[in-house]
Amino acid sequence: MKKMKPGTLVSQIIIWIVIILLTLSCLLPLLNMVAISLSGSEAVAANEVGFLPKDLNVSAYKKLLGDAQFWKSTWISVERVVLGTLINMFFTVTMAYPLSKSRKRFRAREVYMKLVIFAMLFTSGIIPLFMVVSHLHLTNTIWALVLPGAVPVFNVILLINFFKGVPEALDEAARIDGAGPITILLRVYLPVSLPALATVALFAIVGHWNDYFSGLIYMTKASRYPLQTYIQQLTVDLTQVTDANQLKQLAAMNTRTFNAAKIVVSTIPLLLIYPFLQKYFVSGIVIGAVKE
Amino acid sequence: MKQDMTKSVQKPRKKRALGNEELFLHLMILPGMIMLAIFVFAPFVGSLMAFEKYVPAKGILGSEWVWFDNFKFIFSLPDSKQVFMNTLIIAFAKLILNIIIPVTFAIMLNEIRVSICKRTFQTIVYLPHFLSWVVLATVVSNMFSLSGPFNAVITALGGDPIQFMSDNNWFRKVIIGTDVWKEFGYNSVVYLAALTGISPDLYEAASIDGANRFKQTIHITVPALLPTVILMTALNLGNILNAGFDQIFNLYNPLVYETADIIDTYVYRIGMVERQYSIGAAVGLLKSVISFILILGANKCAKKTTGSGIF
Repeated sequence: MKKMKPGTLVSQIIIWIVIILLTLSCLLPLLNMVAISLSGSEAVAANEVGFLPKDLNVSAYKKLLGDAQFWKSTWISVERVVLGTLINMFFTVTMAYPLSKSRKRFRAREVYMKLVIFAMLFTSGIIPLFMVVSHLHLTNTIWALVLPGAVPVFNVILLINFFKGVPEALDEAARIDGAGPITILLRVYLPVSLPALATVALFAIVGHWNDYFSGLIYMTKASRYPLQTYIQQLTVDLTQVTDANQLKQLAAMNTRTFNAAKIVVSTIPLLLIYPFLQKYFVSGIVIGAVKE
Repeated sequence: MKQDMTKSVQKPRKKRALGNEELFLHLMILPGMIMLAIFVFAPFVGSLMAFEKYVPAKGILGSEWVWFDNFKFIFSLPDSKQVFMNTLIIAFAKLILNIIIPVTFAIMLNEIRVSICKRTFQTIVYLPHFLSWVVLATVVSNMFSLSGPFNAVITALGGDPIQFMSDNNWFRKVIIGTDVWKEFGYNSVVYLAALTGISPDLYEAASIDGANRFKQTIHITVPALLPTVILMTALNLGNILNAGFDQIFNLYNPLVYETADIIDTYVYRIGMVERQYSIGAAVGLLKSVISFILILGANKCAKKTTGSGIF
């Protein structure tokens, strides 16, 4: 190994310290949450819990097992992720494939593309969208959570860019073998695009799992809340409480360990897919950066 | 030559096949376009309620037209200026810091040669990006609460505890800081990708000429990152009216409306909570139009300076 100059050594040490501090800043607050969820409530109230649990116990998790609404909301979220991701994938592929064709192959492409870009850039705001969803009588149904965002425009553009990179020769070869357009899509494009499909699927899963806002505005009954909305409503500031019922609910449940346990459990699914996410999202961002 | 020949030979057959294929492509894109029509373009028409005194029972077509009265009303409200300024200040601070910190982080991380450590650091700093603000709001208010670690440090150093979450002098800083904290890892990805694209020959040549690591960073790394920085700035400039609804909505309270109420939270309270649909829609429409113009402008600038735009 080459001998380092003293100047280089100093700068290396500074760099390591800064990077380690930044990394810890991302890790420790989350560890603190886990520690709180596993600690005794007295220790938490007395503020003695750091990054390791104190008076280790799982009573918050035991209590959570008996919380029917938590599991109901979790089930709604799971349903939503599965249904929503399937719908997203269907529309991502069926939009991206035609739009990845050249103008020569698909003359109307430019018109569609303009509409898609307009849809990406211009959002009309929550109130008109809310009106549409309630006019269609979707409120309080799972469809209100999955249909308004059915076409994930950003993912469509990402996949268009990926499809465009598929060698023309593959397409030609399949055509010569007599394959029709559906066969070409299913047998040529989709198999070679698996990394890109994984990327957009993972984005869709995370997006659906993390969204609390559509649950908040489209679900008028608290029993229909997906998990994130349910948690959002629990941790909401007391000043925003509007009715006595909600207040009673908060008083009964708003203990720090219990809430911490809910947050930890709601994060576990994300941690489970995180290794896959990490594998794909970097390439996803890089593909996304290759612009139209 | 060869291409011309095949073209002329296959021409009649190919043309018919093309027609079929085009029909298929139209059919394929149709369901998606219908969804966009319902959930993107129809609400766009619904924005017309911004020019009405909208009454849900009468519907969009039946409500009374008041043209620009809603907009005049918005501009006459004392809150409006405050909300607009809050939005700009928070979004602008985030825009600047969300470039400087990730770029610095990427450059520093790139200096770490022990690849297992580098990968571990990356794995951890990307994580907060994937957690929702609902979850992180609890984490953040925990950190900044009166009994949280920040106040513990302050009191240990002999200072008075600070009510970060309800003090108008502090809340905005917390909002900006925690947003940078959540996103710096994720935002650094593009810069790390750009860094791997720099040819090692450049550094070798520079070190032969006697430039140290620091000088190499200033004269090679930074200029090489500049196009990406400009592109990202342009991208984010279009978002200058998006100060981060999810974050602020989950962290704020009426005590800090003065410094942290932004357009989106304001629209939510007016439109969805107070149910003044027309006023809410008018503010939303105004925001959309300004953002749209900004994005188009920013894209043009990016295309001019770096040769590649967002779309």
